Amino acid sequence: MKFNTLLILLLLCLSCKSKNNKAETALAETWQTEFVVHKDFGVDLKVYDFNGLEPLLNKKDGKVHVVNFWATWCAPCVKELPYFEQLREAYADKNVEVLLVSLDFPHQYDTKLKPFIKNRKIQSEVVALDDADMNTWIPKVNESWSGSIPATIIYKDDERQFFEQSFTFEELEKQVKPFLN
Amino acid sequence: MPLVLVVLAISAFTVNKTTVNSGYKIGDIAEDFSLENIDGKMVSLSDYKDAKGFIVTFTCNTCPFAVAYEDRIVALDKKYASKGYPVIAIMPNNTDIKPGDNLDAMKERAESKGFTFPYLIDSEQTVFPKYGATKTPHMFVLQKTKKGNVVKYIGAIDDNYKDAEAVTTKYVEDAVDALLAGKEVEQKETKAIGCSIKV
Repeated sequence: MKFNTLLILLLLCLSCKSKNNKAETALAETWQTEFVVHKDFGVDLKVYDFNGLEPLLNKKDGKVHVVNFWATWCAPCVKELPYFEQLREAYADKNVEVLLVSLDFPHQYDTKLKPFIKNRKIQSEVVALDDADMNTWIPKVNESWSGSIPATIIYKDDERQFFEQSFTFEELEKQVKPFLN
Repeated sequence: MPLVLVVLAISAFTVNKTTVNSGYKIGDIAEDFSLENIDGKMVSLSDYKDAKGFIVTFTCNTCPFAVAYEDRIVALDKKYASKGYPVIAIMPNNTDIKPGDNLDAMKERAESKGFTFPYLIDSEQTVFPKYGATKTPHMFVLQKTKKGNVVKYIGAIDDNYKDAEAVTTKYVEDAVDALLAGKEVEQKETKAIGCSIKV
């Protein structure tokens, strides 16, 4: 019950935010697009197709990479985001890097995604994946992925684990630890 | 203490359910079900005496990917119901977690979008695990045979969720067309992004 109330509050909060942003955007759109991006949201968002994203999922730099596929409209994703932030913070000195790959719709980059990144003060790197041909790229992320989000990859060089599930901080930490050293 | 154990056991079970990819494979016989429609009546596949098969879709009101496909699901039913392959839509989410998917909301959505097919609620959440549906939207094309309803296609509707105009391959249509022509379905499984089913 508590959880429901929280969710409803969260949804209300999201919807009121998006209304505000709509107003902001409407105002801002009378200016240059550049202005919307840099002045209003202050977020530089890199948008990739899968070919562009793929190297970020296959770095061979000896670091532990935690890559989470999410979207602002995905409630369980939004719920677990703080744990990824917490992980980044706690393990930054142990060569752990977090990458948040957003699957938000392109028409909502400015109205939803960028304001979300800014308002929640997300510190991990956020990029957007815009590639409609999902049947081609989902199996390249992981053969077993059915395509539901949230989904997470943890990898270091050639070692790799894939999770099609939600995490708590403890569960996430437990999965990352074997990759350290 | 026993309560803690129960909670642990349940949460362990939930994690397993979402990570293990069980459910129907291509060629399996799909069990029939009896689920409540938005008009209050119970619906089973066996009610469709003249059907040659079914386009079963797990979908919901609240997932943007499912919403992006609503018009295309309506179009599928318009095109194929008369040819013997009606659409059967099933909403699998736990409505305590997603109140926007409850029966009243489903009714409203079906009316406003002009659903021409049943929109059933898997209120006990027992049907979607049998299919192995993990997300919305998730499509299953079944062919009615003497042995039962055989799973012939699992996956996405087409290859572009963003833009119906930019679609190059219509997976579900290709599958149903092949079955209607008495041929093998060429592309039997595809992947697509969707919202995880809320349990």
